[in-house]
Formats: sequence, structure tokens, C-alpha cells
Amino acid sequence: MNLLNSNLLSIITFLPLVGMVLVLITPSSQKQVIRWGSIAFSLIPLVLSLYAFFSYNQSQGGFQFMESMVWFPQVNATYKVGADGISLPLIVLTCFLSPLAMIFSTRIEKSPKAFYALFFLLQTSLLGVFISLDLVVFFLFYEISLVPMYFMINQWGSANRRYASLKFILYTMAASLGMLLAIQVIGLASKSYDITYLVSDLGRPFTGSNTISLLGADPSVAKAIAFIAFSVAFALKIPVWPLHTWLPDAHTEAPTGGSMMLAGILLKLGGYGFFRLVMPIFPDVWSQAVIPGFGLFGQPVTYAVLFAFLAFLSILLGAFASWGQTDFKRLVAYSSVNHMGFVVLGIASAAIALNPNSGIREIDATIAGSGAVLQMVTHGLSSAAMFALVGVVYERTHTRDLTKYGGLWTIMPLYGGILLFCSMGALGLPGLSGFVSEFMVTRGGWSAFTLLTILSMAGLLITGIYVLKALQKVLHGPVGEEWQHHPLKDINFAEVLGVAPLMGAMLVLGIYPALALNIINVGVQGLLR
Amino acid sequence: MANFPILTLIMIVPMIGTVVVLLTPRDRTDAIKAVAAGAFFISMLLSLAVFISYDRLAGGFQFQEKSSWIPSLGISYHVGVDGFSAPQLLLTGIVAFCAVLVSWKQADRPREYFAFLLLLVAGVFGSFMALDAFLMLIFYEMVLFPVYVLIAGWGSKRREYAAMKLTIYLFVGSLVAIIGLLAIYFQAGNSFDFFDLQAGVRSLPNTEAFQRIWFLPVFVGFGVLASLWPLHNWSPDGYAAAPTAVSMLHGGVLKATGAYCALRFGVQLMPEGANFWMPVVVIFCLAGLIYAAGIAYRQTDLKYIIGFSSVSHLGLVLLGIAALNAHGLNGAGIELFAGGVMTGLMFALVGMIYERAHLRDVNELSGLVRVMPLAAVGFIVGALALMGMPGLPGFIAELQIFMGLWSAAGTPSAFAAQVFGSAINSWWYAVVAIVGVIVIVINAAWTLRVAQRVFFSEPENTELLKLPRLDGLEKFAIAFMCAILIFVGLMPNSVMSVVEAGVQAIVRGLTTAG
Repeated sequence: MNLLNSNLLSIITFLPLVGMVLVLITPSSQKQVIRWGSIAFSLIPLVLSLYAFFSYNQSQGGFQFMESMVWFPQVNATYKVGADGISLPLIVLTCFLSPLAMIFSTRIEKSPKAFYALFFLLQTSLLGVFISLDLVVFFLFYEISLVPMYFMINQWGSANRRYASLKFILYTMAASLGMLLAIQVIGLASKSYDITYLVSDLGRPFTGSNTISLLGADPSVAKAIAFIAFSVAFALKIPVWPLHTWLPDAHTEAPTGGSMMLAGILLKLGGYGFFRLVMPIFPDVWSQAVIPGFGLFGQPVTYAVLFAFLAFLSILLGAFASWGQTDFKRLVAYSSVNHMGFVVLGIASAAIALNPNSGIREIDATIAGSGAVLQMVTHGLSSAAMFALVGVVYERTHTRDLTKYGGLWTIMPLYGGILLFCSMGALGLPGLSGFVSEFMVTRGGWSAFTLLTILSMAGLLITGIYVLKALQKVLHGPVGEEWQHHPLKDINFAEVLGVAPLMGAMLVLGIYPALALNIINVGVQGLLR
Repeated sequence: MANFPILTLIMIVPMIGTVVVLLTPRDRTDAIKAVAAGAFFISMLLSLAVFISYDRLAGGFQFQEKSSWIPSLGISYHVGVDGFSAPQLLLTGIVAFCAVLVSWKQADRPREYFAFLLLLVAGVFGSFMALDAFLMLIFYEMVLFPVYVLIAGWGSKRREYAAMKLTIYLFVGSLVAIIGLLAIYFQAGNSFDFFDLQAGVRSLPNTEAFQRIWFLPVFVGFGVLASLWPLHNWSPDGYAAAPTAVSMLHGGVLKATGAYCALRFGVQLMPEGANFWMPVVVIFCLAGLIYAAGIAYRQTDLKYIIGFSSVSHLGLVLLGIAALNAHGLNGAGIELFAGGVMTGLMFALVGMIYERAHLRDVNELSGLVRVMPLAAVGFIVGALALMGMPGLPGFIAELQIFMGLWSAAGTPSAFAAQVFGSAINSWWYAVVAIVGVIVIVINAAWTLRVAQRVFFSEPENTELLKLPRLDGLEKFAIAFMCAILIFVGLMPNSVMSVVEAGVQAIVRGLTTAG
């Protein structure tokens, strides 16, 4: 137990790699062994992550389960890991979604061996991002996650997969180039990549003595540029309007399991990056004016305001875009832009309080920040469930065209019920988790961005419209012509097994949000202090 | 163990192999191949032993052997390795061993082929360990001859043209370098020994002016072999024509000798000269990177694409050297090692494809993943390493090289002061870093696109699906090189700790001079 306790996070993170090796040494003809063996194996990290979650000491707070090891001393990068109240829920979410997404991948016939091996690699890289406390290690896992995702889309995706996968990898890599350059400069300025040091007053880059001369510019300029470089990389990942254009293609073309991980976890890397890096490393940049001397309504347009405005646009335009889709999967994909907008609104509302003179009460900022983290978890659950359900109906009908479904509730009654439940979760129905997090974000954002919060809440109306549109087109009305003669099978046991835990989690977090919120609060308070 | 001549042994084993191969009857082809593979395997193990037992704390030159040779001319047999060259010896062993494995099916005059290959590798080993300028030049020329014969005698399309072009370029390059080295020899005390030359140059009364003049021929002369733009022109032609094993060795290792000699006998002997000229070199390196990316975009011949990726790899190495600080040189050291393995891997894969399909045009190849899945994995690993994907050594190298450029951006440039008349900071290093990072990713993105086309597209030509599968030796070679890349990428300190020990001494030499 000692080994387990002192290396808990590393064990959770690298266990999937063990799974990958096991998959690779299994003969490729043993398809069922590979599928169900992988699913069974992925329960081990889940159990361990739950153990970490519940043994986190909330009264102590801060980073726990820390490990540190010499790794790359030439640039002062160490293998340093730890988890706090912000990362632990996301670690659990990753371990929770992985077996479920694997269940929805069992119908893959083309080389399941390669697919599950890549899946395990993806899981390790995602977990690695959430545990790393070193900037280089963070970047390493962050970038590695692109490779398995690229191949999942490229090899197992639908018709337009080549275009979508290339667009996905080029967009995300291009966006992280700026971050890579900023990382290089930060390493030279602060002479360390330790995140806990970089966020301290002593080690913060481009402040105090932690500067390097760059073309003779003022350190604050370098700081603002680095801030923008990080923000662009993470905003593209979330994605924030107008950097979202890769998302509908990638989500729509990916196989069901890949879409679930993409929407469920990969988008959260962006939000997590803001919490872990951008907010604590650049606390003062948020309240700087984007263009000095330029203001609206007598107020300077700061970076926080800009982000809140983009969040509002993401919420509104994401919802409108969803509404306009005729492709079921694309509709769900655009809904991610809409929901993740609330994460950005929460981040902006919390970040504005990082400036001591902002006049924002810490309680408001904490509520907004915690709401944003909870929204990431919630959206992870609901979007994964929605993509899974799209996959179920696509597998039976081989079409994603909303106009062709119609009346499926009568022939697939159980599926209809589950789809209704999950749609309500996505919609933010009170009693399910989406309501809690969106309420918290709007409640916390109210004092900082009153107008934008009101407008964003109005965006929720459109959310209702597109969700109901999807329900109406799929479940109600006359049964689609093709299905009158070829009745569709209802959702089967394995698929229920894959989606029921998500529904359960939505319900539990909706009724008893403190289960996750207590620990999230500890993390966000630690960040804001 | 202290006096055990391990370095000499590393170099002499392939030479003995040459003799043994030539004495073996012509029809005993398996015995010939076994001798070649065995010789390279022994050298690889010995260089691994050197690499592991190199004292990282002490640093500097170790395993030195010195015996006088032609004392009247100040020439001695002096070999030794530091942290910078020890990994390159290991690299040579790895690539040479894998090169024999992938050319096991060589049916055309195998005896002569492997004899020349062994001689070539002995020369490369010698160039990396020579601490006497004369000795180094002998090894250097010893490499050029077998390369010419191997390309002209065993190459593919346009082999005579390519072999001649390559040899003329490299020969002229080495002549230019020799002129520079001779100038130092005559001026700085009649000895070819590296340490004597180093001390001699420093004690010259007009050392600054002297270094500024003679740095250029030495650096550029060796730079030709490192395919310094615009003198890289021999390289893609040569690689396209060369047989697989020669492309692997040349692209992966021989070019590394060029960069290595440019560092050892250019930068280390004449740090003042390096300081003066590097702001110019940086711009040529960047131009080379941009040029290589542009070519990779237009080119459809697989071997040319990989050839230009090796130009880009060496461009990175030279950028790291040009930064003239610990970060940059650290990065150059690991890039030489890892980029060498990467280039060797890529050329091996292209060779395997060409040998089977007799096609090299990207547009004529498709769906090869069904025939050779491991080759697809290897190609992806290589392309990602080239791209600087974290988790592979390309990232480890690039991070340090560009950090080196960023920190060099703050130093004043004597060259600019001379030309523009006022002391200004070499700010363009920062621009080079920004543009360089972008260009490398663009370049590699096209390589990935090539991988998608060649391996993962729908098979259009059903003939391709009937190609023979990879054999065990080829699979082993691919897996071996991929494993090295992944290991170094995830555990950078395994190689970096040695490189760093060498670089610290080099950097000290640079600063005490200035």
C-alpha cells in the first residue's frame, strides 16, 4: 500500500499504458477479449481515482499526492505531479468516461486492437495533463493527446474523416505553437518550469527579477504576449467563438467513443489550462486593457471583459448554430460551443477578482469559478451521453439526418426515455447537474458582468429550443418512412450499461452537488487567494 | 581498464571486418553479412560502454589515447571523446548496425558492398574521436571514397551524376576546411594536436583578427557536409540515388560529422571568430529551414522528401551551435543523436518501400499500412520526431535550441557593430526562433500528409497489396530505432546528462576566450 499511496497519481496515469501493452500483445484475432478486457482493465484506474478523490484532505487543501523526480534538469524541468480540488474531479471524470466510451466502441470491427491501444494512450495523456505540476510535462501530455485522437478520427471516423482529422491536428498544433514559444521564454525568465513556483510571487515570470531582455521591450509587453499565447491555445481547445471551427468537423466525423472523449475530456483541457496556468501565472493581465485608452460605456475593455464577451457570443452563437443543424451529430457538436461558453464566462468572472482592486467579492468569484469547474464536469457527462445516444441511433439507421428520423419513441421506447433524460440534463433542468453549474456561473458572474450575464441567460432560451427541436425531430411526429417497414431494435443492454452511469452521475450531482462542489471550492479558493 | 584502448577498438573493428570480408569467398554471402553485422554490433556495444562509463561529473575529454606518429610535423595519433561526441559514437554504431540489417537482401556484389560499408563506418567513427586535425582529415577523406563508390556502383536513378556531384561538393568543402586548418597550423605552432592548436590560436598577438578571418573557411568547409544552406544541393540528389544503407549512414551519421567538426575545429578553436560570424550563420540556417519546408511541400519523390527533412534536421543542429550557449549546444548535441536515428529510420523505411514496390512517387503509393503496418508506425514516429512532438527527442532538442536562441538574442553582435557601425543586440535571433518553430511544424505537417497518403489512403493500386511483407530483421531494425527515439524522448536525461557534461566544458572555453 505504501507504493500505491506514495505514487498514486502516477499509477493512475500510467496504468492505461499497461493496458495498452496488454492489448498489443493480445493476438488481433481475439477481438472480444481485446474489447471486454480493455473495458474491465479501465475500471482499475477508475477505482484508484475514486480512492484519490475521497481521500483528498479538504481541510488541508492545496496540492496533495505530490511526487517529484529528476527528469530534464538541463532546462530545470522535473517530473512533478500533484492534484488539487480543480484537477481531481476532472481526473475522476476521465477515468469514469473511459470505460463507457470503450463500451460504445465495441462495435468497431476494423482492427479493434489498434483502436483500444490508441484509446489507452489517449487516456494516459489526458490524465497526465491533469496531474502535471511542471510546465514542460504539462505541454508534453497536452500535445501527445492529439496523436491518438488524430488517428481515431482518421482511421475509424465517418465519410469526411481525413479532412476533419487533418483540420483538427493542424488547428490545435498551430494554436499551441504560441504556447510553446511562451514556454521557452518563461523557462528562461523564471529559470524553472515548476508550476507551483511559477504561480508564486517569487517565481512569477516577467515580474520582479524574472525577466529576460526581449528586443528591448518592457517586461509587461512580454507578459501580455505570453498571456495571449496561452489564452489562444486554450481558447481554441475549449473552444471559444471564433476559434471553434475545427470542432463540428472533428466531433461529427469521429467514431462514437472518440466523440465522447473529445467532447467529454479533450475540451476540458482548455478550461483546465486557464485554471491551472493562465489565471495564477498572469493574475494581473486579466484586468489590463486590451487596447490602452479604448473603452465602452466608460469602462476600459479589459482582457476579462473580452473573454466574457466572447463567452456570451459562444453561448448565443453556439446555440443558434445548433438550432440550424439538420445533422443530429453536428447539432450535438455545436451544443458544446454553447455549454462551454459558460465555462469561459465563469473563468472570466473569477479572473477579474484576481485584481485586488476589482471590487468583486471573493465569494462571487469563488461561486463563478466553482461553477465553471462543475460545468466542465457536467458537460463532460451530458455531452458524452448525447454523443453515445447519437451513436446508438446512427448505428441502427445509418443516417444522421434529423429529417429522416421521426417518431422513434414508438419503436424504440427505452431509447426515447433515455434520450429525453439526457437532453434534459444538457438543457439544464433543475434536479440534474447542468442546472447547478449554470446557475452558479450566472450567479457568480452577475456582479462582475451584469449585462453579459443577462444576455447569456437569454442564450439559454435558444439552448431550450435546439434541444427540443432535436427531441421533436427524433422522437415525435409520424414514424419516418424507412422505419415503417424496417423496425429498429431498441437500445440494447450493453448500450444501456454504457449510458446509465452517466445518467446516474447527472442525477446524483444534480441532487447532491456538494459531492463534487466541496472539493472544487477548496481548489478555487486556493487559486483565488 | 584505464589504459584499455577502447576507442581505437571501436574504430578498428569495422576495419578488421573489411579485411575479413574481402578474404571471404565471394559466394559465402551469409558469412559476409554476418561479419559485417557482427563488426557493427561489437562497435555498437563498445560505444555503448563508452557512453555509459563516461564520467559525467568530471566532463571534458576522456578515454584519451595518444602516441606520436609523425613527430617532425607535429602529427600524432590522438583520440578521445567528450560528452558531445560520446553519444555520436553510439549513434554511429546504432545506425550502422540497423543499416546492415535492412540491407540483408543485398544480392548485387555483396562482398564489395559490405567491405566499402565497413570502411565508411570506420572512417565515421574515426572522425568523431580524432583529437588531431590531421588524423581527423584522414578519416574524413576515408569516408568520402567509399561513399562515392557505393553510390556510383550500387545506386539507383542518376547514380553517376549524384555520386559525382556529392563527391565534388564534399571534396571542395573539405579542401576549404583544410586551408583554414593549415593556416592555424602554420600560425599557431607546428602541431596538429587539438589542444596545441587551441592554445596556439589564443596566444596569437592578433588573435581576434586571425580568428575572424580563418573561422569562416573551417566552418563553411565542414558546413557543406552538414548541408548548410545554400551548399546543401548535393544532399537530396545524393540520397535519392544512394542505396538504402548509404542514405541511412550518410543522412543520419555522416552529416553529423560535418556539424561536429564544424563545432570542434571551427567554434572551439576560434570562439572569437564564431562570435563574430554566428549572427550571419543563423540567417542562413533559417533560410535553409524555410527552403526545406517549401521543397517538402512541392516534392512528391519520397526519397527527396526525406532528404530535405535531413537538411532541416541539420539546420536545427547548426542553429543550436550558432546560439553559442549551453542551451543551444545541449540542443544541438541531442538533435545530432536523435535526429540521426530519426533520419536513419526514415531512409530505412523508404528503402523498404522502394525495394518492394519500385515506386517512390507519393502519388503512386497508397494503402501500404495493410502490407507493412510496422513501417507505418515507424514513419509516424519519425515524422512526429521531426515535428518536435513532445515525448520524442525532437521536442527535447528544439526546446533547448530555441531557448538558446532566445537567450542569445540579448547579446550584442560584433558583426553588426562592424557592419553598421553601432553596437546593437542580435535581436533577429528571436525572430529566427519564432519563424523556426513555425516552419518546422509546417514542414513536418506535410510529412504527416505524405504518411497519410502512402500508408493510410484507400489502396488504389491492388498490385501494391501483393508486395512481400517485412521480414524479421527489418521489423527488428524499425522497432529498435523507434524504441530508442521514444526512450530518449521520455527520458531525456539519459542522453542529456552526457551531452551536458561535454557542453559545459565547451561553453567555458567560449567564455574565457571572450
